[in-house]
Amino acid sequence: MGKFLARRLLNYVVLIFLATSFAYLLAATNLYPRGYFEQMQPPPTAEVINAQLDTLNLNDETPLAERYAVWLGGVVQGDFGQSIQGRDVTPQIWMKAGVTLRLITFATVLGAAVGIAVGAYSAVRQYRRFDKASTAVAFFVLSVPTVVIAISVQVGATAINDLVGFQLLIFSGEYSAGFRGEWWQLLLNRIHHALLPTIVLALSLFAAFARYQRNMMLDVLNADFVRTAMAKGLTRRRALFKHALRTALIPTITYFTFTFGIMVSGATFTEKIYGWHGMGAWLIDSISQHDVHVVAAVSFFMAVTVMAASFLSDILYAWLDPRVRV
Amino acid sequence: MSTETVAATDVARDGRTADSPVLEVTDLTVTFPGFDGNPDVHAVRGVSYAVGRGEVLGIVGESGSGKSVSSMAAMGLLPEHARITGSVLLHGEEILGLDDRAMAAKRGKVISMVFQDPLSGLTPVYTVGDQLAEAVLVHDPKTPKAKAHDRAVELLDLVGIPNAAQRYRSFPHEFSGGMRQRVMIAMAMANNPDVIICDEPTTALDVTIQAQILDLLRTAQNETGAAIVMITHDLGVVAGFVDRVLVMYAGRPVEIGTVDEIYYSSRMPYTMGLLGAVPRMDLDRQGALVPIKGTPPSLSHLPPGCPFAPRCPIAQPECEAAEPELLAIGSQPSAEAIRLAHADGGTAPGSTGVHDTGVQRVACIRSGEIADRGWTAQDIYPVPEIPDVPAADVPREDRPEMLRVEGLVKHHALNKGMVFKRRVGTVYAVDGIDFDIREGETLALVGESGCGKSTTLMQIMDLEKPQSGSVSVMGKDVTTLGKSGRFALRRDMQIVFQDPMSSLDPRMPVFDIIAEPLRAHRTGTAEVTRRVYELIQLVGLDPEHATRFPSEFSGGQRQRIGIARALALEPKLLVLDEPVSALDVSIQAGVVNLLEELQARLGLSYLFVAHDLSVVRHIADRVAVMYLGRIVEIGDTRSVYSRPAHPYTQALLSAIPIPDPEKERARTHIVLDGDLPSPANPPSGCRFRTRCQKFITLSDTEKDTCVNVEPQILATNGGDQGAACHYAERRQVV
Repeated sequence: MGKFLARRLLNYVVLIFLATSFAYLLAATNLYPRGYFEQMQPPPTAEVINAQLDTLNLNDETPLAERYAVWLGGVVQGDFGQSIQGRDVTPQIWMKAGVTLRLITFATVLGAAVGIAVGAYSAVRQYRRFDKASTAVAFFVLSVPTVVIAISVQVGATAINDLVGFQLLIFSGEYSAGFRGEWWQLLLNRIHHALLPTIVLALSLFAAFARYQRNMMLDVLNADFVRTAMAKGLTRRRALFKHALRTALIPTITYFTFTFGIMVSGATFTEKIYGWHGMGAWLIDSISQHDVHVVAAVSFFMAVTVMAASFLSDILYAWLDPRVRV
Repeated sequence: MSTETVAATDVARDGRTADSPVLEVTDLTVTFPGFDGNPDVHAVRGVSYAVGRGEVLGIVGESGSGKSVSSMAAMGLLPEHARITGSVLLHGEEILGLDDRAMAAKRGKVISMVFQDPLSGLTPVYTVGDQLAEAVLVHDPKTPKAKAHDRAVELLDLVGIPNAAQRYRSFPHEFSGGMRQRVMIAMAMANNPDVIICDEPTTALDVTIQAQILDLLRTAQNETGAAIVMITHDLGVVAGFVDRVLVMYAGRPVEIGTVDEIYYSSRMPYTMGLLGAVPRMDLDRQGALVPIKGTPPSLSHLPPGCPFAPRCPIAQPECEAAEPELLAIGSQPSAEAIRLAHADGGTAPGSTGVHDTGVQRVACIRSGEIADRGWTAQDIYPVPEIPDVPAADVPREDRPEMLRVEGLVKHHALNKGMVFKRRVGTVYAVDGIDFDIREGETLALVGESGCGKSTTLMQIMDLEKPQSGSVSVMGKDVTTLGKSGRFALRRDMQIVFQDPMSSLDPRMPVFDIIAEPLRAHRTGTAEVTRRVYELIQLVGLDPEHATRFPSEFSGGQRQRIGIARALALEPKLLVLDEPVSALDVSIQAGVVNLLEELQARLGLSYLFVAHDLSVVRHIADRVAVMYLGRIVEIGDTRSVYSRPAHPYTQALLSAIPIPDPEKERARTHIVLDGDLPSPANPPSGCRFRTRCQKFITLSDTEKDTCVNVEPQILATNGGDQGAACHYAERRQVV
């Protein structure tokens, strides 16, 4: 098993390297940092622009291979270069990653937990009222794009705020700018801000998980081993909980870790709409600013999270399912 | 119920009060309501039986007869939407209608169950021991964990799991099917229950493992003194194992009695047909099997009157008037009485609120007549005359060779790694086998699962160059064939598959299915049409079936379609891969008869692969027994069955229960130890020695030969029979 995981890990490192390199090359050939400087008011002279681009290692007159080599040399030492404004990218990665990870951790855990509970229960009550209702809700949520959900929730929050007469629900920013107070007040303030975007993200995850868990559960609901458990003397409820759900959770949990990786880029819209300065929002901004190094850095981060998630799912699978252990 | 029977019942019941039944089921019905306008399914319609302490009751019936559903109902394991009526008394206490919590307290403690499929019966994510300990803990949560653990180890040991303490921590997938069934039995025994219901406990297992499990069930019974309800379709298993038999048909009991009464003096045409339909391994010349025409009725559209009447050879108009009750022989109302009752507008004469009285009772209005005239199955069922194979007069050496296999080898590589594959082992699926088939002859390849018989078949059907050895069809070595030669040769060699459900394209009508091989070989349209209708009639289907789809047919009819397709190109050799193993006994008989008749009429040769040795004895001229990729014994069926020489053949034949209670009781079975070794790591020398019953009786020097020298097939009776054993000795085991 250890050998298998080590080999997997090596595969992932290679994949991350390839993904990041491709992202850099794509960004370096297609984005136009020179244009960013040319648009400045007053327009700088060509020499100044070239000098700027050279210090940032973004000059399109330098051969691509050379730029790539310089960039790669930095990356190997943990330096992702500078953003187009001349700030170091690496420290920003940690900051933005923190924002995004905080958001999606809570959202995926919440969405998956509710989704699994609802999905499993609706499988047990197949074709009954609860099942039909949860199916309808799940499909409705799945069919609405996240953007629409995010904006609808915002509109709804505004209406509620108007109704109660003060700002009960906050839908902009990660925390109140310039807020001062004890640590718990700060925490409360952050939670207050995180409420709505977390719900938005959790909502669509809930729908996916509810459908997935329902199908997994239906597969094992009439399995022979559930019948055996009941024949031993377990009540139906206990047999379903201890034997059926435990078995049906295996694929869902690996799906969960995978979703977590995907969410890093999936949360982009929500971050943008709710004014959170996370990874997704950063990527969008950097593309519009022709910021090659940030695009590469964000791609690197996303590749790492996806790979880490699937590595984790490998480990979890082996831990949960004795059949795949070698 | 008439007054006499009430009196008779009371007397009989009084006689049994000394030992009151542990489990008494009375007039149990189970209905699954149809959803979305579908009709209700009447799965069980009035089952009554009683089992006493230490008694074994067999419930026999074909698939869909309601035998499993009725016991699941008694266990409270049916889904909530099932409608159950009647009464189930456990130690005199009504348990039908108890809520799940109360019922759960009984399940596994007082009444427990062993299921059919051990492979899926254990939860894959918990260890075997934990699941066993759970059975103890769930009924007594105060038991210390360590004690439950010890009890689980003790149980594993009791059911014959070697190294029980270590195997406690194994997961189900690390156990073979037979071992998992042992665990299931251990689970059922865990709390010393009073009733154990066994639902087809050996159906999914190989015969030698079946013998082990039946032995174990006997142990379990002695150990717990429990009453056993044995549900099975295998009339052989019932004969040797049970005291009394209940025969079910279309959700109703149609006959009940002691095992001798049912086997030797059945008074119900269905039971008689069923017993006549079973191929017998112990009889040399059995003649054609008794086919029961038609198929069991749909449980949502039952015919009026007796459900068996449409298939019954001696049905009278009165049979369709009302469903006959389960009554003692001679107590059935006369035909006139039924006619009168029917004319009065009365339908069925009330439901059967009959208790199980212990006497033989039959649900057939002609049961008295059958008893008086002493009819047997052969008297009432029209048995087809099967002509002899025309070539049978010519000695086999002089007949042309249809197939010759020499030194055939098929090894699969075991690889590891995804990017850089490397070989870590070899599965010796087929490891050098020789046989030939002459014109008009049937050779059966038999053996347990994993012995390589299907691999052999597929290798032959491939018509490709084997890894080693040679295959020649009609005298042509397949390695010399080009693409067109192979295509032409396929005309002469066709295959019928095991599973009639998946081997026919569900989107093609029957006509196209049968026409496909003809079209592939560019037959003219008019000729295709003529030939398809000819084939449809040849296999006993109606021409009007041509436009229907496979889903509209029963298993037996589908298998006939498969046979028609195989015969389309007039092959000379037909390869049959377990063609009847998926069919019920009564249906199987019809297909077996058809195969024999076709062979006689068309002069076909068969290569027949099967694990059911009774069918093989019936149909095959020669038999080759395989074990771990090698043939261990080969010869004419009669010699091999009457005097097998190889210890494995002897064990195999001895393990099969015979559907004859007296013979079965008098037999002692050779029960082999353990499971089939892995074909990736076969034992040195003789592959069978690790399980051989003869090996352990040998002296050390004799054993050395077995360990070091691989035995070759040598003639044992100076004739056709040959066995690959250093110490081959012909002896009778059946």
